[in-house]
Amino acid sequence: MLASSRLPLRALAVAIATVALNAVELPMRALQRLLGVPRIGWVFVTPNLVVLGLFTFLPIVIDFYYAFTGGVQLDLRARPFTGWENLQTLFECGSYLDPSTCRKDLFWRAVHNTAWFALLQVGLMVVLSLVTALVLNRKILGRGFFRGVFFYPVLLSPVVVALIWKWILQREGLLNAMLHSAGIAGPVWLNEPGWAFSWSVFVSIWAHMGFYTLILLAGLQAIPADLYEAAEMDSASPWRRFYRITLPLLMPNLLVVLVLAVIRAVQMFDEIFVLTGGGPGSATLFIVQFIYQTAFAESIRLYGLAAAASLVLATTLLALTVVQLRISRQGLSGKAGRDDG
Amino acid sequence: MVDLVRMLAGTRGHRRLDWTDWLSYAYLLLGLVLMFGPVLWLVLSSFKSAAALNEFPPRLLPYGQASVTVPGHPGPLPLFRVKLPDGSTRQLAELRRIGIQATMIDPERPEEEFKVNIRDRERVRAFHLALENYTEIFGKFAFGRFLWNSVFITVVATLITLLFNAMAAFALSKYRFEGQKWVFLLIISTLMIPPTIILVPNFLVVSKLSLLNSLWGVIWPAVATPTGVFLLRQYMLTIPDELIDAARMDHASEWRIFWRIVLPLSAPALAVLAIFSVIWRWNDFLWPLVVLSRTENFTLQLALNSFQGELTTQWNYLLAMTVLTLFPVTIVFAFLQRYITAGIASAGVK
Repeated sequence: MLASSRLPLRALAVAIATVALNAVELPMRALQRLLGVPRIGWVFVTPNLVVLGLFTFLPIVIDFYYAFTGGVQLDLRARPFTGWENLQTLFECGSYLDPSTCRKDLFWRAVHNTAWFALLQVGLMVVLSLVTALVLNRKILGRGFFRGVFFYPVLLSPVVVALIWKWILQREGLLNAMLHSAGIAGPVWLNEPGWAFSWSVFVSIWAHMGFYTLILLAGLQAIPADLYEAAEMDSASPWRRFYRITLPLLMPNLLVVLVLAVIRAVQMFDEIFVLTGGGPGSATLFIVQFIYQTAFAESIRLYGLAAAASLVLATTLLALTVVQLRISRQGLSGKAGRDDG
Repeated sequence: MVDLVRMLAGTRGHRRLDWTDWLSYAYLLLGLVLMFGPVLWLVLSSFKSAAALNEFPPRLLPYGQASVTVPGHPGPLPLFRVKLPDGSTRQLAELRRIGIQATMIDPERPEEEFKVNIRDRERVRAFHLALENYTEIFGKFAFGRFLWNSVFITVVATLITLLFNAMAAFALSKYRFEGQKWVFLLIISTLMIPPTIILVPNFLVVSKLSLLNSLWGVIWPAVATPTGVFLLRQYMLTIPDELIDAARMDHASEWRIFWRIVLPLSAPALAVLAIFSVIWRWNDFLWPLVVLSRTENFTLQLALNSFQGELTTQWNYLLAMTVLTLFPVTIVFAFLQRYITAGIASAGVK
């Protein structure tokens, strides 16, 4: 019964596969005759390399070109060379600690916000992820279920995450209703700079901690159980076991998680943009939103300035990646600073 | 009884259920409420009518105006609890209302009419799912269009991703050609180039290729994922070379070997990559935001973003759209969680 209902779909897949095989095989056979067997490998990697070349490597070169040219034109030939002007504009500052003394005060506000955000979000998130991983690593009922509970928000889109919380935090939302029943009149959370920032930190932790929990949990499960058994025989206290066994053996994972979380926090954009729009004022404006706004959302599109800011961000990320590679001895392990491919 | 508790707690026989176990369960329960609660609240709210959403404090479950159909009157009539002049309270249905005076009838005996001051009555509530939130978004907001755009991008980008990445992974795992190491390093090095830092120049490239405001402008830049190549290559390395050599003996072409032997054998890894690709593309936001500026090209994520930014947000529709947007990912999560967590634990992809 089940097999027969699946049959047409299967037949269709087989038919498509056969057509694709025959359509591509003839030219591929010709290329194979031309190049020989090992060199045909180049043909197989070409589609990937073309896409990466066009949409990753070429843009890096153009990024520099934009950063060192001015004007509002997108077309490269129409842009006058301005040298370091864009970078100088970004860095012209009375004091880097006080954004209002800077020429591009918005950029420095974004830098400050991003730095504070990264510090708070990563710090709290790594601690929470570690606690959660430790709890999930215990012998408890429904471990798989609870692991899923903490992981579920990771899969939600940033827009959905932002809307879920916007709905709860609005003037007459669930949170204020709960406070109301306790006799407290809650504020309009996202309209107050301090609260908006705090909630940004909270929401991003809510959305991402499941991912880091999972990595730490894998690390915990790799710690050999006989170490704990030996410690138990020596009647070492749980606290001591944690300090002397768990923490040192988990350290590599913990550092990877730390750097990875920082790399992603520095690039925070989507959910905060939808949740607060960077506001109120510029209280939750981060670097990526500054780049986006400068290049695409203003009436005068300063591509050069945006590209210069991108280079600053890229340099930061490069430094963080070098740190990451130093830390994780595995080198290129596929754990990366991007979360979309 | 103690045995039951011990079994529920899943502790080993010789261990008591001590305070750390209770603490663990309390923590997990709190986590359950915090992680699932907001989503559940969203889903419950999405079934409330606009009027019910305006209530403060809100009710947990969706309630709406109760109504009744009375023979001889077209359409359902709203029900009210009315305090009559003689002091009694009855449930009456409203026929019409002029100013503060309503004309009402008893559904049981429709022939008798009452004139009621609207201050002497209150609405009767009944559990009511406002399904119209879900049906009306298709007509009012071209939701079907956004859904189609999202599905198209997700499906096509995933298929191309699988093909391109599998081809590259095949070459990098089953051949030894000059420059192979460099190709691998080149592909993997793009892990360190997040799309956020090449936003501006990529916009130029896509516009030069006439892909602005086209769904393909979202698809093409996304299909060469370094994570995918890495994942598939690691898997293909475990496929024995003898299989391939045997096929070559039978004069199979290299493409046929790839298509007929290596691809089917890599199905588990392809499945993992497919799951991730679907989630990545479905959830994409920043790049589509830059490329797609016309409303008819919006993906679901962009549509949600633009609706929530409007001055008078119609939350009842917005909530329904949000639920429909998180629905596919939730299904994927419910059925394929094991593959996702295994993928993350082994390769750290997200």
